Amino acid sequence: MSKVINRTKLKDHINDGDVLLVGGFGMSGTPLTLIDELSVSGRKDLTVVSNNLGEAGKGLGILLHSGNLKKAVGSYFTSNREAVNAWSKGDLEIELVPQGTLAERVRIGGAGIGGFYTKTGAGTKIAEGKEERVIDGENYILESPIKGDVSLIKALKADTKGNLIYDHTARNFNVVMATASKTVIAEVDEIVEVGDLKPTEVVTPHLYVDYLVMNDYEKVGGKYVAK
Amino acid sequence: MLQNEKRIKIAKRIAQELSDGDTVNLGVGIPTLIPDYLGDKDIILHSENGLLGVGPTPSEEDINMDLMNASKQPVTMANGASLFDSSDSFVMIRGGHIDLAIMGALQIDQFGEIANWAIPGKDILGVGGAMDLVAGANRIIIASMHQAKDETPKLVDKLSFPSSGYGKADMLVTEHGVFKFTENGTELIEQLSDISVQELQEITGAKFSYKNEALYQG
Repeated sequence: MSKVINRTKLKDHINDGDVLLVGGFGMSGTPLTLIDELSVSGRKDLTVVSNNLGEAGKGLGILLHSGNLKKAVGSYFTSNREAVNAWSKGDLEIELVPQGTLAERVRIGGAGIGGFYTKTGAGTKIAEGKEERVIDGENYILESPIKGDVSLIKALKADTKGNLIYDHTARNFNVVMATASKTVIAEVDEIVEVGDLKPTEVVTPHLYVDYLVMNDYEKVGGKYVAK
Repeated sequence: MLQNEKRIKIAKRIAQELSDGDTVNLGVGIPTLIPDYLGDKDIILHSENGLLGVGPTPSEEDINMDLMNASKQPVTMANGASLFDSSDSFVMIRGGHIDLAIMGALQIDQFGEIANWAIPGKDILGVGGAMDLVAGANRIIIASMHQAKDETPKLVDKLSFPSSGYGKADMLVTEHGVFKFTENGTELIEQLSDISVQELQEITGAKFSYKNEALYQG
């Protein structure tokens, strides 16, 4: 059975109040088509877990205009002035998580692990309200897993079974996010037949991926632009 | 001396600290200037968005924004480079596999404790990978102007800005000098400008020691 769906089906898989894990670092590895579709879905009170909230009016940034968001969880929001403004007006909740802790919280969410102790953030404001423990003479804090209802990820190429490969540094959070939600939807530039991807090059095995959506953007001068 | 010349001076001096084979993570700002001053050294640059072996900036026609560094600038891959996801990238950082992290700071205390993510009273909305690097890099060098834009010192007795963690910097390089941190406090090991040690002490927020004979008088 093919996993390929039309972008307009996205809203059937998302409910009000869902937690969405969205791949990307800056604008690289960001599922732009799925985000566009989300912005017209009418779904609201969504929590988005993503390293950034795009840039002003770009990537996840457009959801600040379309009003789908309740909360953002990520490591770096300063790159989108509009996110900062929405937060100061009280229109958006923000949970700040160190970047490595964010990646690992999602990784263990997908790996069925209930928590981990990390040195990152120990002795800082990030540690407030968290269990602290000394291990081998060093201070650690307990961090919890992150799981999503739906992951929206971006890969370069898929086969119809859902095996994925990525462009250079576009793997970023996509790889762990592919493992950590009940439903995983991957946006890709190209879909090939099973057997056309070499097993040695597959990064995300197909069992994590539920649906594939074709990217409606094309790369011009190294950047994705609307077709 | 122009602001940019000062930044270049800091970058050049830190480049001298790097040795062949070092794996180095460069933060935003002054650290991004360092690759220009490495000469023939074989340094492996790590970028936390998933690249070990960052190469030079590509020409216009070779730009691919899905091959970029953590400052979101397009890059190329050095010979022997490898690509990985964010979780692996922070295994490298947190697990102590990165020899050296070079980063900026808002403040640094006399023992090398770093504040580089938040200013009290301002919105705290970005931490990125700073805390992971502070916690995990084997060695940390802070690259910073000696004073903030409002002329308050960066090197202080005690942090008034939020700490980035228990991890300590080993060295601070400013346009005026090279400072080493030990459990006894700060030592000035080299001067990089022509102001006197007394003048330098006056614009510094923490007492530092120095051995007169060891100091280069710029």
